[in-house]
Amino acid sequence: MEITTRDLLTVLHGMGFGALFMLAFSGALAELYRISAPGAPSSMSTREQGLLAFYLAAMVILAWLTAFSGAYLIYPWYRAVPPAGLTDLSDYPRRLLLSSGKTSGWHNVGMEWKEHVAWVAPIAMTMVAYVAMKYRRSIAQHRNMRVAVLTFAVAAFLATGVAGTFGAFLNKFAPVRGGAVITLMQGK
Amino acid sequence: MSPTRTGQDRDGIPNGPGAAAILAAGVGCGALGCLAFAGDASPAFGKLLNFYNPVGTLSGVTTVTIVVWLATWFVLGRLWGNKTIALGAVNIVAFALLAIGLLLTFPPFMDLLQGK
Repeated sequence: MEITTRDLLTVLHGMGFGALFMLAFSGALAELYRISAPGAPSSMSTREQGLLAFYLAAMVILAWLTAFSGAYLIYPWYRAVPPAGLTDLSDYPRRLLLSSGKTSGWHNVGMEWKEHVAWVAPIAMTMVAYVAMKYRRSIAQHRNMRVAVLTFAVAAFLATGVAGTFGAFLNKFAPVRGGAVITLMQGK
Repeated sequence: MSPTRTGQDRDGIPNGPGAAAILAAGVGCGALGCLAFAGDASPAFGKLLNFYNPVGTLSGVTTVTIVVWLATWFVLGRLWGNKTIALGAVNIVAFALLAIGLLLTFPPFMDLLQGK
């Protein structure tokens, strides 16, 4: 049972950071709505405030780790240029996708969209976390602030959904491969 | 988006810091879209944004976006820190910039604008 360093880092980017960030959205959106909706309890306990702050801070860290690892660790391998004359493009995902009209759209639309829109998520979530932590329950008194926080949180969720979905498809049609081999388990 | 009045919520926090963060996030998203589009539409500008060769134009797009976003947040935070701002107007601008950011990162829309 083996895995390469590039496989491992791609999994860490997509599943370790990205999927965990995506999963956290349901809890964040529900809690942000709960604390800010009209008629919500007028106070949060110190423990609840601390938990929400920790949860949102963890999401912000995951969002930035996902974006930076994707752009600065995985993407260079994805867009690497093969030596002239090479016919086996399996180690050069971008060139592999562009080599056929049946797959070029996965790069021209999928990757081109994913690589940019993904950055909306950490920017939006940083703002959401900052505002939620600064105003806490009193955010309920600021209707427009509440609207902005929820709108940007939903935008971050959608951006992450686009990036994650195309990431999964791209990894299926042209996975990033190579690097040192790590043996996880010896076969029988 | 000029200060409308001085005022605070029950916890004594004016809405200025929140408004600064919201508008700066909108500016960051708008900058992301504009830079992504400009880098795609103009090879010369794209080359200019190539700060780190293994990542290409994306390195400049992301770096400049983050700088613009944080600088905007810092400046607005200083200007609005103790003020109460007309947040409805801030939201309209921030949402418009967010929409610009989302649209300009969508490749078919980029191509449409470039007549491709």
